[in-house]
Amino acid sequence: MSHDVPSVSLIAAFAGQFARHAKALINSPADVANPLLFFFMVVTLFPLGLGPDPERLSSMAPGILWVVALLASLMVSGKLFASDFEDGSLEQLMLSPYPLAILALAEVAAHWFATGALLALIAPVFGVMLGLPSEGLLVLTLSLLLGSVCLTLIGALGSALTVSIRRGGLLLSLLIIPLNVPVLIFGTTAVYEAVVGGNWVSWLALLGGLALGSLALLPIAIGAALRVSVDT
Amino acid sequence: MWTIIHKMGSPPWFFRFSGALVRWLLPLTIALLCVGAFWGLLIAPPDFRQGNSYRIIYIHVPAAVVALAGYYVMAFAGAVSLIWRIKMADVTMRAAAPVGAALTAIALFTGAIWGKPTWGAWWVWDARITSMLLLFFLYLGVVALFEAYENKTAAARACAVLSLIGTVNIPIIYKSVDWWYSLHQPASIKFMGESAIDSSMLYPLLLMIAAFYCLFVVAVLLNMRAEVLWRHRESGWIQQLVERA
Repeated sequence: MSHDVPSVSLIAAFAGQFARHAKALINSPADVANPLLFFFMVVTLFPLGLGPDPERLSSMAPGILWVVALLASLMVSGKLFASDFEDGSLEQLMLSPYPLAILALAEVAAHWFATGALLALIAPVFGVMLGLPSEGLLVLTLSLLLGSVCLTLIGALGSALTVSIRRGGLLLSLLIIPLNVPVLIFGTTAVYEAVVGGNWVSWLALLGGLALGSLALLPIAIGAALRVSVDT
Repeated sequence: MWTIIHKMGSPPWFFRFSGALVRWLLPLTIALLCVGAFWGLLIAPPDFRQGNSYRIIYIHVPAAVVALAGYYVMAFAGAVSLIWRIKMADVTMRAAAPVGAALTAIALFTGAIWGKPTWGAWWVWDARITSMLLLFFLYLGVVALFEAYENKTAAARACAVLSLIGTVNIPIIYKSVDWWYSLHQPASIKFMGESAIDSSMLYPLLLMIAAFYCLFVVAVLLNMRAEVLWRHRESGWIQQLVERA
């Protein structure tokens, strides 16, 4: 038996890790449903707090939906690496011959499908409830799809940094929220521009650029942060 | 070059070197602060539109400039500590974070005081103010993360990762807040006027900026010395220092 040569290819390891995490998510539907319910609940609060005036609600809808999506992603990202940290699978990952960044990315990808992507697909329903004009609905989904890639990766970094800290929840929001600001600005602006018939494509392109940049850089930082968390 | 870096990494050497440096820098800082404040607050002419209220720039602008530079100092120290595992780089990063946060808070606070007579409101969501506020949160994040870890070596590495990602993100945050502001701009606020700042006002400002840079260095060095003393309180060279004193 040789320990130096990995027995499966990197892609197979990535797929295996992805499948393992996806299975865990399928086995606990509450983890998938909770952020969506949270989204629904908080969106309901806005008409109650701001009054039912349809015009005001529809003008605020892009901002409301994006802010609530950001909060939902914040809420779930704290748990991203928690169970892996507790049951020791993170230590196993570290002993494996594959780059930690790639394996962590597999987990983040599975997490994104279950939270970010799902939320982006459902968001138009809430958009209609808030009276968002129909021109904005498609762009809302597209911007959330691209934006949630960044939100999930940044959330994963926050989770990796705080997973070994006992009460990391509040700390996590302090770490993540400032980093999420550009995503929020580009996303809401894209939807606003689509509603007023402006140039939304360039804002989506900016979001796409951010998503690609985060995909390239953040897994490395997540890997480094996980190593710190496990070493303590 | 390498010998200097290695020396810098040795706590006893750093302690002696920084002691000498502070002895020179502290009087210089106080002198610069006194001259700059006297010049800026009393001698420089009043602004033709804002009268005397503009004089707060002699505190506000230096604090903001050094607060921004401080984040890069912190992130650079973080990178050094991640790559070469130099203990003193950890200490530098740890020492720079609260000083930078304090300077950012001063810039925000003086900005609010200045905003009241100039704009008629304590707080407006201007692009620069909002960016400064986000910088404040980034600093607080580093300080809070450091405090949350019990193992301080791990804390330093985690903070280094965070501050490096923050460094990459800061230009993006600034640019995006700029675009956000120009898209949503309410009644236009022009307060710096169309003319560039006059040299009679500029020189004291430059002096104050230099003073704040010195102040930052002194504060960080004093912070680092306290940290070094605490970390090595059991070791021989500190005992010798105490005996000699």
